[in-house]
Amino acid sequence: MTVLVDGSTRVMVQGITGHQGTVHTRQMKLFGTEVVAGVTPGKAGATVEGVPVFDSVRAAVEKTNANAACIFVPAPYAKDALLESVDAGIPLAVIVTEHIPFHDMLVMYHYARSKGARIIGPNCPGIAAPGLAKVGIIPNVVFQKGRVGVISRSGTLTYEIVNGIKERGLGQSACIGLGGDPVVGTSFVDALPLFQADPETDVIVLVGEIGGTAEEDAAEYIRHHVTKPVVAYIAGRSAPPGKRMGHAGAIISRGKGTAETKLAALSQAGAKVARFPYEIPDLVAEIIAHQGRR
Amino acid sequence: MVKLAEWRGKEVFQKYGVPLPRGAVARSADEAESLTRSGAVPLPCVVKAQVLAGGRGKGGAVKFANTPDEARAAAASILGLEFKGEKVTELLLEEKLPIARELYLSFTLDRSLRLPIAIASAQGGVEIESVDDAAIERVPIHPFPGLAAYEKRRIAERLGVSGSVAKSLDRLLDALWRAFQGEDAELVEINPLAVVGEGLVALDAKVIVEDDAGFRHPEYGDIRDDRTPLEEIAREKEIAFVQLDGNIGVIANGAGLTMATLDVLKEFGGNPGVFLDLGGTDDPKKVTEAFLLMAQAKPKAVFLNIFGGVTRCDTVANGLVAAMKEVPPENRFPLVARIRGNNEKEGIEILRANGITSIPTLKESAQAVVAAAGGKA
Repeated sequence: MTVLVDGSTRVMVQGITGHQGTVHTRQMKLFGTEVVAGVTPGKAGATVEGVPVFDSVRAAVEKTNANAACIFVPAPYAKDALLESVDAGIPLAVIVTEHIPFHDMLVMYHYARSKGARIIGPNCPGIAAPGLAKVGIIPNVVFQKGRVGVISRSGTLTYEIVNGIKERGLGQSACIGLGGDPVVGTSFVDALPLFQADPETDVIVLVGEIGGTAEEDAAEYIRHHVTKPVVAYIAGRSAPPGKRMGHAGAIISRGKGTAETKLAALSQAGAKVARFPYEIPDLVAEIIAHQGRR
Repeated sequence: MVKLAEWRGKEVFQKYGVPLPRGAVARSADEAESLTRSGAVPLPCVVKAQVLAGGRGKGGAVKFANTPDEARAAAASILGLEFKGEKVTELLLEEKLPIARELYLSFTLDRSLRLPIAIASAQGGVEIESVDDAAIERVPIHPFPGLAAYEKRRIAERLGVSGSVAKSLDRLLDALWRAFQGEDAELVEINPLAVVGEGLVALDAKVIVEDDAGFRHPEYGDIRDDRTPLEEIAREKEIAFVQLDGNIGVIANGAGLTMATLDVLKEFGGNPGVFLDLGGTDDPKKVTEAFLLMAQAKPKAVFLNIFGGVTRCDTVANGLVAAMKEVPPENRFPLVARIRGNNEKEGIEILRANGITSIPTLKESAQAVVAAAGGKA
């Protein structure tokens, strides 16, 4: 296993009969992922993209030994979908669904945790490890197998940056898109140890956004526990305070969670800071060249 | 995020049993006078502008009245005021109470802990941001057991209340916690929470409810936030749209990419003013609507920066081409496009056939749009 997924990952797609569920089941399969089951209550017996559909997660797991969930179920029903997957013993759930109320997510997160399951998301692109498996919606075209690990709070900006790494002739070990909601199942601090421990990862790229204190927490963790080089970028340096720029996370209030406080903390923790997305591949390349000389 | 006006917040408090002063809403000086004359609002009373901004007391938006005539005069002087950009159209009149002490109490979310948190301070009546950290108690509440008795005792101790006031606090904490969860609130705040005689009364109410829980709370759907008219139209069409001062329009997909685009434009001297986040869509009609909305904002130039994931590049290109045909000549703008990702080749080809070139790098495309908007701001 590199980071959370590997060749033994068997994906079950919850909400597979919806438009996004179907489209991304196909994309996950094209990536080389074993997508073994779909779940939509009332649609048992159907197949989507060659994947059998079940009425319940329990039935899907019994028949297919699925061990990772990818959830596309609409927000009002997403909590139930997650609880069902956790109760069936699935240890990893990527929640792509956006607009899940954070009060629901609080229950989902703490329930999953109490059962030893991990959530990535919600409102996130998910996880992909080139050559192994993808659970989520990151476009296949941006990947190339390599040794750079990417952890990001953004969606499309992640694709942009992962693609930039590929175009620089480097590749990725794995990429996790955490999502930018107020409550996330996996934070930077939760994801960093996975990449620190991963023998396939040489450099970690951390992509943050203004708002909240997740990046400051990450800096504290990096300072004490991460020995691999880290390149960091924070989006929204010039965003106006108090205006929400899309994500619930992307709002600055009361001088906390500004790009300055985050960049300063990350820089003090030893991370190399990129001012713009297109500086990231160069910084990574420099680090790798330096590692090669050692 | 929907911030409720004080009177709406107090309606929420009432529903859950948080004790309040007796009061009523007035929308005219006549109404203020008759509410006090009839005794619906006991005298002496306080007359408060119903605006979302803080600092009303110092800003002349709160007045006191001893008689119905004074209530009328106070209402007349506050109604129509422009308070920090908000026009005052509503007043809350409430009985003036003999306050022994002012406390602070709220429930909100601690994102790092991923837990709700109770925040309490014996120093109420001032902005909590200005209170010394040592004087603030923070009690994380786990969602499963909910608010426990020992946690309530801890809050009571820090607020320095005992006896019947502590009993009142116990009930009030339960009510406020239920309001926080039941209304899907991001914040329920009482500041000041007044000690009056042997009990407690919420003198102010700040309630912020979460947009994402709208499917459970249709009652909050019509409440306007601090949106401009175009932002309001965008909301109805489910397009994230933010308007600021500036002359470059940005159409991107995803909050992170939108903000990164803003950073790069600023670096090259641009002054972006309108942001439109397509989010994840593969409906060309939505893209067309977004462009027409952008045209209404009359930017000097527009930067289309799309990285296709859920959104396919050819969808965006088709939506854009359709929109360009509909935009009236007086609202046309120079466009710089950069589309990458899923179906990139098809998208670029559609644009090229319609005379639009996609510039592949963020740096060069940003420089091009700054130049198209007339150079550095």
